[in-house]
Amino acid sequence: MTFISRRDLLMRAAAIGAVGRPFQGRHADGDRADPRDDLGDSEGVALPSREPQAREPLEHLTAEEADLLDAVVARLIPADANGPGAREAHAAHYIDRALGGALAASRPAYASGLAALDRYSRSSRGKKFTELAPIDQDSVLIDVETGAATGFAGGSAAFFALVLNHTHQGTFGDPYYGGNANFVGWDLIGYPGIRTMVTAADQQKLERNELKTNHKSAYDYESFVKSSARAGDAHEGGSPRRSSRAGAKAGA
Amino acid sequence: MATRLKDTDVVVIGLGAAGGVAALPLAQAGLDVIGLEAGAWLTRRDFAPDELRNNFRGWPQGVQKANQEIPTSRATASSPTLPRGTIHPMQNAVGGTTLHYWAQSWRLNPWDFKVVSDTTKRYGASRIPKGSTVADWPFALEELEPYYDKVEYEVGVSGQAGNVGGTIDPRGNRFEGPRKRGYPMPPLRSTEFLEKMTAAARSLGWHPFPGPAAVNSRTYQNRSGCMYHGFCNRGGCHVDAKNSTAVTTIPRAQATGRLKVVTRAHVTTIEVGGDGRVAGVNYLTDGVEYFQPARVVLLASFTYENTRLLLLSKSKAFPNGLSNNHGQVGRHYFSHHQGAPVSALFPFDLKSWYGLPAQGVAVDNWADDNFDHSGLDFIGGGNLWAMSDRRPIAAAGMNTFGRVPAWGSQWKAFVKENADRSHSSYIQKTTLPYEDNYLDLDPEVKDPLGFPVCRVTGEFKENERKIAAFTQDKMEQWYRAAGAVAIVRAPVGGAMGVSTHAYGGTRMGDNAETNVVDRYGFSHEAPNLGILGASVMGTSGAHNPTLTVQALAWRTADHLIRNWKTIRGTA
Repeated sequence: MTFISRRDLLMRAAAIGAVGRPFQGRHADGDRADPRDDLGDSEGVALPSREPQAREPLEHLTAEEADLLDAVVARLIPADANGPGAREAHAAHYIDRALGGALAASRPAYASGLAALDRYSRSSRGKKFTELAPIDQDSVLIDVETGAATGFAGGSAAFFALVLNHTHQGTFGDPYYGGNANFVGWDLIGYPGIRTMVTAADQQKLERNELKTNHKSAYDYESFVKSSARAGDAHEGGSPRRSSRAGAKAGA
Repeated sequence: MATRLKDTDVVVIGLGAAGGVAALPLAQAGLDVIGLEAGAWLTRRDFAPDELRNNFRGWPQGVQKANQEIPTSRATASSPTLPRGTIHPMQNAVGGTTLHYWAQSWRLNPWDFKVVSDTTKRYGASRIPKGSTVADWPFALEELEPYYDKVEYEVGVSGQAGNVGGTIDPRGNRFEGPRKRGYPMPPLRSTEFLEKMTAAARSLGWHPFPGPAAVNSRTYQNRSGCMYHGFCNRGGCHVDAKNSTAVTTIPRAQATGRLKVVTRAHVTTIEVGGDGRVAGVNYLTDGVEYFQPARVVLLASFTYENTRLLLLSKSKAFPNGLSNNHGQVGRHYFSHHQGAPVSALFPFDLKSWYGLPAQGVAVDNWADDNFDHSGLDFIGGGNLWAMSDRRPIAAAGMNTFGRVPAWGSQWKAFVKENADRSHSSYIQKTTLPYEDNYLDLDPEVKDPLGFPVCRVTGEFKENERKIAAFTQDKMEQWYRAAGAVAIVRAPVGGAMGVSTHAYGGTRMGDNAETNVVDRYGFSHEAPNLGILGASVMGTSGAHNPTLTVQALAWRTADHLIRNWKTIRGTA
């Protein structure tokens, strides 16, 4: 039986995602790297490249929509001296994927909102949003955030709130869903990582700043992806109990 | 035409916090029980530490009947309908919302059972807020104590007792009523920050203590102790350390051979016979109709569905809905004023990435009537709760305390520094029922089967708003004493909306004119119908409802067992 773990897939995705993003190359093995190397080292963080970038295939957005969305998320959480931002986290990819699933109800809002943003940028600033300088992009986004931008069905503020919310999800959510690439979101806020057990000693280490950051997706833990339950294997250190629900069922 | 199933002694509608508990004593007493549950079994493998799935996507791994029938809400009968949510606050599954709840397992305090008489005695009858329909419970805390004790041990609750047999233990809640014995497990562990909050409360002369939780602080009943991994808030437990009924009372009831669990059973109506007694329950599974006849029906859905099912179950004997010939179904509704938090920013990391909302420090000095209200213009109060609970997406969405914009480089620098430096309080406040807060059926919005959904009409009144402002002052004082450098208060009051802490609609009381069920939880009008859940509670107190719901459920089951021949009738 060939078994490719989700962790392997994630690692591959991370490696693929890093193509054309030289500033990320050093994070491609971020799962094992000391996360403290990823942060606080502004020398290592390049500004977003203007070169065409390789990206994951689009599942729901058009290429134009995705370019525009990517440019927006890159301003919401920009790459800067404090490290990579939402573009580097692949937040737009997270949103694209989710628009066919959990966020499907928002697909029309993205089509309409991105089109409105494109129109508003051209009419108010004379250029496509993606061609504006970052400072002008920010000024457009302030209009959108405050509801001052015209031409948005349901108001521009609602669209802004939607995108910001989903950008947070795509930057700080579990990497399994396609965002938070190389754990850049979690490293930014100092999240020490997903664990299935945190002992009192671990908590004390955390309080002394000695707990090692754990770069893992929830689905790197076998307990949540294995195809059948075995007694006592769901976690480290827990007590074994009955092997399946069927064993406890009444013989009615 | 519905398929008529084999008769049974008791059918329980909903195997959550309440039904999942009641099933155990009934099955142990030798009654044949069928538990109809709209959801499915979920197990440890379903409970990944996944914030997106748990906290943003409403548990998509379970098909949620509840999400198809989310109540509508409005503040008053003349207010516009509020935007409807997309995720129901409660969960359909075996174990119900006890799978992912916070598991805070409080007893109510003695005052909560006699708000009217105690207030009248101490301050005068004029202090009962105008328009409130609040009444004393038909019994005092002492009546419920044995059932609280039973549930604490059967389900498993961690905590520190504050009053065993009248002897005050300063490590626990000195304001709790006397209990027979302490908790079966010591409290969940503390953290450096919680210790800081504890010391700060003491410096103010208050009496902080660790709160009670239906979470194992050590191995209990062969299940693991808590792993403190940080995904307990709307997350199920990957080691079964959270004592949902799905891993405690329900499997034990099944082991007797007397409980049959029927999953994915979508109950549509309770059937009434020509004699005005309930005859059984109609339900659908995959579009196929079944009729489950039973001697006794226990309605144990959530507050909204309890009211809705009664109102939808019309018959010759009950033309306005089952057990509603006095027009009381849906009345005395209220939800806890648990919003209006205070947020604080500290100049140091709190190290609260790992923990759970039930792990924390409580202050009850400003709850209930634990302080003198003579010079105040409200009754009741709030429980202050500082917990250890943080996850990455929520942390990034932190309050920025007016210091930076909501996005961009400044924001990014702010969250980089402060993501682990903010704290938000949880303050549960006394909330009273009022004449014009109620549940009924929405005249327009329907579920996919064409049945109207429940409609909430409710707003927090002056008494609740005053408590909120008062407790926010106390919370700010507490945070400042612990070193907070910035404070933001959320607005108080407003519309009740749809809540996880929803009470009333089938209130318990001796008077059939003003209550739906009697002191044991059985209908005043249909004697073989029992109702379980916070829908029977007439006051909220300042603490989470679940343990009280479970103690009441056990008590109703106990009453049924003792009076089986009378209640089941002769049919």
